Amino acid sequence: MSAPAPGPIVEVRGASFAYGARNALEDVSFTARAGEFVGLLGPNGAGKSTLVRLVAGLAAPSSGSVRLAGLDPHAASRREVARVCALVPQEPRVGWPFTVREAVMMGRTPHQGLLAVATRLDHGAVRGALEACDLLHLAGRRLDALSGGERRRVFFARALAQEPRVLLLDEPTAFLDLAHQVAVMRMAQLAARGGLCVVAVLHDLNLAAAACDRLVVLSGGRVVAEGRPADVLTDARVSAVWGVPVWRGENGATGKPIVLPNV
Amino acid sequence: MTVSPAARLALALAAGAVAVALAIALSCALGAQPISISAALAGRDPDAAILLGLRLPRAVLAALVGCALAAAGTALQALLRNPLAEPFVLGVSGGAALGGSIVLVAAAGLARVAGSAGEALAAAPPVAAGAVLGALASTALVFGLGRVAGRLVPEAALLVGIVFNAFVAGVITLIKLLVPPEQASRLMYWLVGAVGYETPGTIAVGAVLIALSVGALVALSARLNVLTLGDEEAASLGVDVRRARAAVFFAASAATGAAVALAGMVGFVGLIVPHLVRRVVGPDHRLLVPASALFGAAFLVLADALARLAFLPLGTEPPVGAVTAFLGGPFFLWLLRRTERPSEAA
Repeated sequence: MSAPAPGPIVEVRGASFAYGARNALEDVSFTARAGEFVGLLGPNGAGKSTLVRLVAGLAAPSSGSVRLAGLDPHAASRREVARVCALVPQEPRVGWPFTVREAVMMGRTPHQGLLAVATRLDHGAVRGALEACDLLHLAGRRLDALSGGERRRVFFARALAQEPRVLLLDEPTAFLDLAHQVAVMRMAQLAARGGLCVVAVLHDLNLAAAACDRLVVLSGGRVVAEGRPADVLTDARVSAVWGVPVWRGENGATGKPIVLPNV
Repeated sequence: MTVSPAARLALALAAGAVAVALAIALSCALGAQPISISAALAGRDPDAAILLGLRLPRAVLAALVGCALAAAGTALQALLRNPLAEPFVLGVSGGAALGGSIVLVAAAGLARVAGSAGEALAAAPPVAAGAVLGALASTALVFGLGRVAGRLVPEAALLVGIVFNAFVAGVITLIKLLVPPEQASRLMYWLVGAVGYETPGTIAVGAVLIALSVGALVALSARLNVLTLGDEEAASLGVDVRRARAAVFFAASAATGAAVALAGMVGFVGLIVPHLVRRVVGPDHRLLVPASALFGAAFLVLADALARLAFLPLGTEPPVGAVTAFLGGPFFLWLLRRTERPSEAA
């Protein structure tokens, strides 16, 4: 283990962004490294999704800078960015009823020519992604014939097939049952163990605390806390940021923090 | 059992080519005047004159127009993420007709002051150019005004197209009143969607334009797949959405403009054909665009043959646009009822 510690792949420095008159992000700095699973937490409207869009290059900060493996993701060509960074959107569109394999193959777009003729490399990447997301048995199924949880896995597999270095997940567990939530978090963890930099917007504090290596808490467009889950999710901070009194405990089996509202 | 994409493409193309060949053969064999194919091929008149001088060019013309409209329809459906999109319904054909009409009227005006210049302007290339420009302008209008808060809303774009069609119909009525009667009736016959007997020169101009634009749509077909996912998803998959969309706009408008220049407003081909082909080959545009283009060609050749033959006892012949409208109107309504959420249907 003599390799030098890698520098951050995602580097956001003093970024601000506004939708019209409303400031969504104010002077946010945020970094993430390869092999790390980072959870972005915060109340609705805190700026989590905006931060993800800036990192993906879908929007440019009004001030400050964003770097993705050294690229400016808004200025660089979409193809270049897509080879570095994959995004699993909040509500993936089903659209035309492609098969699972066809949908995952679209993840290869940034590696293919205009006609998207699949090479052996492309087929290998798609097969690996299908396997990683336990979708091989559904490969020939049409997207509109899948359950919500299966569909989520398809879009995750598409992002893996893209073979990015950074994987951005916008609320990957929304609308999923417990088993599917855990399955998605496991896939994200595995991707990080495999060397990807995984950044996920999450609402479930306990799931985030259980799965993520590091948590970043946004509130009112600013970063208010950052660090190991046990240090970040104190009852005082959760109560202050989400405005709800909570009980903070610990999972006896895993030692991970648990936060429950005092309803 | 899965068939490899390349084999499926080859199969679809072969089936489409056979369909086009059969349709053209059938259309050439049938008509008001019974002809002997063997006599025609031996070069004996009048059979040869009817086959090679009239029926074959007309069938080729119908094939070109059908090919262009079906390919354009497939592309517009992908861009709008809606199976109801189609050059005629969206007003793109109307814009092309307006553009072509303006050139024709200008040519008539010019002919009065400078005879030969006017005739030159009424030739195929300027009329086709006017139609393509009209198609481009109307596509830009429909997709520009079909936005709500910066996002393209398919239903809004369709509404803009329908309103634009009504507007174009009004303007063309006005043009018809302003030009001499004999020119008005020629304009009328062209606009109503008739595959007439064009000169080889006109067909050649249209053929080149259609080959280029449909070829461009085939080349862009993998992009169309990604564009159906939505703008941000396509962007995050590495597609320059604005550029890809502009290229598709341009090619679909050029195909529609060329088709309108050749045959006026033939509606619903771009609706019926891609829908039926999609049911067989699936949603992959790399198959769908070329297969729709071929089956669109076969479809319009048969529709034109039907137009020629069905009313023979009455001694009259409706334009092919009437046949496609007769089939396409009910088809549009059926599709509308069937797809409760059009943006998610295919």
